[in-house]
Amino acid sequence: MKITDIITKLDLRVLSGQNGLTNDVSGGYVSDLLSDVMGSAKEGDIWITLQTHQNIIAVGALKDISAIIIVKGFIPETDTIEKSNIENIPLLSTELDTFNITGRLFELLKTE
Amino acid sequence: MKFLRADLHIHSVLSPCGDLDMSPTNIVSVAAMKGLDIIGITDHNTSRHCELVSRLAAKKGIFVMQGAEVTTKEEVHCLAFFENIDALKKFQEFLDANLPEIINDPEKFGHQVQVDENENILFEENRLLISAISKSFEETEAFIHSLDGLFIPAHIDKKKNSIYSQLGFLPANLNADALEISGASSPSLFAQDHPEINSFPLIRNSDAHFPGDIGSSFTVFYINYPSFDEIRLALKRKNGRKIIME
Repeated sequence: MKITDIITKLDLRVLSGQNGLTNDVSGGYVSDLLSDVMGSAKEGDIWITLQTHQNIIAVGALKDISAIIIVKGFIPETDTIEKSNIENIPLLSTELDTFNITGRLFELLKTE
Repeated sequence: MKFLRADLHIHSVLSPCGDLDMSPTNIVSVAAMKGLDIIGITDHNTSRHCELVSRLAAKKGIFVMQGAEVTTKEEVHCLAFFENIDALKKFQEFLDANLPEIINDPEKFGHQVQVDENENILFEENRLLISAISKSFEETEAFIHSLDGLFIPAHIDKKKNSIYSQLGFLPANLNADALEISGASSPSLFAQDHPEINSFPLIRNSDAHFPGDIGSSFTVFYINYPSFDEIRLALKRKNGRKIIME
């Protein structure tokens, strides 16, 4: 599924990394421990987290994550936004919490 | 110069997880018994026991590094130390302003009490001190340095509440005065997997929560005399000063 479709269907706001919006999403991963994401996320996953630290972009780049959804309307730090634009990893925002956005994303990806 | 033994990571009874026997009086007598020259008082997100421990320790010739173990927004534990009471008070205000209103349940987490030298309870902290404050790792670091303090990410080798567990790796442009390795692990093995830590001074402490743990790990400082500034200079290896991990 294209990220742009997910953005429309889940009503996400694009915070940064517009050049990465053509990435394909093959699955999802949910975790707030970056050491865990480094060990377990797969290439093409869209990653849901509440972390806003700049290291999320480096982890995303390392694991070839397609995009990162930041929950609960949290605003990432400035250097996180900058690195997202450099690495072309879109940062997407939702007002929902992790449980609710994950449920909706799971249903959506299941239709594929 | 002389070799001085320092355990810079000790919790008092004010930390919910700190044993009830970790009163300032007890901490100082155990530290003296263990032959420590310098101790750091680092309760979770509070510095309210530092002044008393310093006063009691001075009578036994022990120097106290006054600070706290702060939990950043990302749940990374970091040691913070300050040279004088003014800076420490400003840091306490920062902690008070940014600690969330989550009430402690002493039955589940433990008591959070401040006591006097005769172990009479003076104050009980109602908010749960092991919560994460609302400031990020970088914001916390910047605030500590704005007060001319020392910023030391704690037990970086641990699988929880460490910079590696929470943030995956050392952030770019990390402005740390040192990194702390926990007593349980081998610094050289950890450095094999994470060679980037070698560009920082490394220290080792007990992270004591019980009297018996005080001094179980420590760092030796080769300095002129025990003081905040001498320790800062040793971390920078200035003018022959140095640190040796035990």
